[in-house]
Amino acid sequence: MAAEANTQAPLPSGQRSTAEVLRTVFGPVVQLFLFIIGSAVTLGLIVVLLALLQIGTRPDILTRTLTILPQVWIDGMVRGFLFATIALGYTMVYGVLEFINFAHGEIFMVGGVAGAAVGLFLANNELLKGMNGFFFVLLVVGVAMAVSGTLAVTVERVAYRPLRGAPRLVPLISAIGVSLVLQDLVRLMMTNSDLGFNARFNTPDFGKPIRLFEMTLGERPVPVILSPKALIFIVASIVMLVVLNYLVNATRLGKAIRATAQDMPTASLMGINVNRIVAMTFLIGGALGGAAGALFGLNVGTVNPYMGFIPGLKAFTAAVLGGIGNITGAMVGGVVLGFLEAFVASYLSLFTDGALSGAAYADIAAFSILILILIFRPSGLLGEATTQKV
Amino acid sequence: MALLELQNVHTYYGKIHALKGISVTVEKGEIVTLIGSNGAGKSTTLRTISGLLAPRQGEVSFKGRRIDKTPPHEIVKLGIAQSPEGRRIFPRLTVLENLEMGAYLHSTHSATYREDLERVFTLFPRLRERVAQKGGTLSGGEQQMLAIGRALMTRPELLLLDEPSMGLAPVLVEQIFEIVQMINAQGVTVLLVEQNALQALMIAHRGYVLQTGQIVLTDSAQVLRANEMVQKAYLGLE
Repeated sequence: MAAEANTQAPLPSGQRSTAEVLRTVFGPVVQLFLFIIGSAVTLGLIVVLLALLQIGTRPDILTRTLTILPQVWIDGMVRGFLFATIALGYTMVYGVLEFINFAHGEIFMVGGVAGAAVGLFLANNELLKGMNGFFFVLLVVGVAMAVSGTLAVTVERVAYRPLRGAPRLVPLISAIGVSLVLQDLVRLMMTNSDLGFNARFNTPDFGKPIRLFEMTLGERPVPVILSPKALIFIVASIVMLVVLNYLVNATRLGKAIRATAQDMPTASLMGINVNRIVAMTFLIGGALGGAAGALFGLNVGTVNPYMGFIPGLKAFTAAVLGGIGNITGAMVGGVVLGFLEAFVASYLSLFTDGALSGAAYADIAAFSILILILIFRPSGLLGEATTQKV
Repeated sequence: MALLELQNVHTYYGKIHALKGISVTVEKGEIVTLIGSNGAGKSTTLRTISGLLAPRQGEVSFKGRRIDKTPPHEIVKLGIAQSPEGRRIFPRLTVLENLEMGAYLHSTHSATYREDLERVFTLFPRLRERVAQKGGTLSGGEQQMLAIGRALMTRPELLLLDEPSMGLAPVLVEQIFEIVQMINAQGVTVLLVEQNALQALMIAHRGYVLQTGQIVLTDSAQVLRANEMVQKAYLGLE
């Protein structure tokens, strides 16, 4: 009978074919790009529609809408990837421990400050001027990842692991405590060093903004520009997301992480050291958050000890939007939220003729999404209906 | 020296005193069964052996080595595998990935890994047809096969089986018990926890009867089958 079965189906060798690896790694990336294009197109159509509705009273509104649209898309991408890279840290930790690491925003902040410290050190030693931009980004992001990753692992060891098995609220309170401690600890260190409270993020000269193309709408041509720093941000985020997907979907470690997330006691019965896997999760999530912090600081030009709070909350929103615990979901939720915010920030004041300032209402839009998702679709965009652990 | 030895083991769930000083020995090559009603402490015993629960008192030793303070992932390395109660398949991993998790401690590039996989597929041809399917989509019987197969992938000397017949159709139950005997014949010692006491005593060499955390009776399976108390309480015979 066994021999029969043998001839029926070939024995799977246990090795993945290259095509299969590519599919598991790039499947989520393709999905992410579909969501990027989808959000960009949908939101673009919505604003055009809104403009057309108002065209009777304000004849120039369609032109004005279209003029800023490409810039809003770029802005949406940058915000989206920012939220996505931070959201991954929330979602990975949630996946494994079912716990929201509210100190993750501070891990992001520490990455930004570490990056600024590297920039300052280079500037003080006259190394910055002639430095290769690519090498600078690698160095800054590398240091930020190392510092934030180590910090995240330390925080887990000191503040969360002793509370494993405690009621769920307890580690949450501990996380909020860690968050406050880190903010003020970093403030203490920054104000007592050359960095200062609002530290400048020194960078080498990345060159002029890239003029992608010019649009001729109305009387004069409008250039669509992409700043080199925004480009660095987008490219670096994409690289990180691809690497993370490879790590989680195609390596032994990734498989162990997924198994631990699905069923921790059973994973330990397979010989997996679950404490080490939890630490690895914090390391990866922390490193990603740190890299995002450094790239964010580099992009906006300054860092401060409280800069992690709002992006942290928004990234949490993104993680919930995509389906908390789901890695692809966190990326998708991040970009969707980023686009939404960028559109609200740019178009709200336009459509209300300046009555509502869009930039201020962007936060309201983001957190309204959180509330709506929690009410109507708690499992998120890509969340599977939570399978009951039996 | 017994392969596995529990001496006066006390295990607690929080404040609940679940095991009240039980002593069990399993010799190499045996099938030993623990029978008892719901809540008697059968699963707790297995979870204590595999390290998921730490006994508060008493000793567990495997091949002469104390393991009651060893974490579960180290115990697997020593050669004890558990197919847990409720099967606990990784629902969002495929059948093959579930089996790979069983082989986590071994390289999936080795020839022995392929042999192990072949052994599992020979015992459970059904799994071979389902390799690419997600664990959560399997039927109860297939999940049970996968849970046992996954445990075998760790290359155990001692296999702890927790309620392998639970929720299965009678035909499948018989099939699973036959397979347990085949596994035993391949040299794996089996400690079997069952509510289906009759079936368990048919294939086991020896048995222990658990009642509210204590062992009330132990003997060869043959003698237990004939025991009046066992017949009344667990075999459903009057």
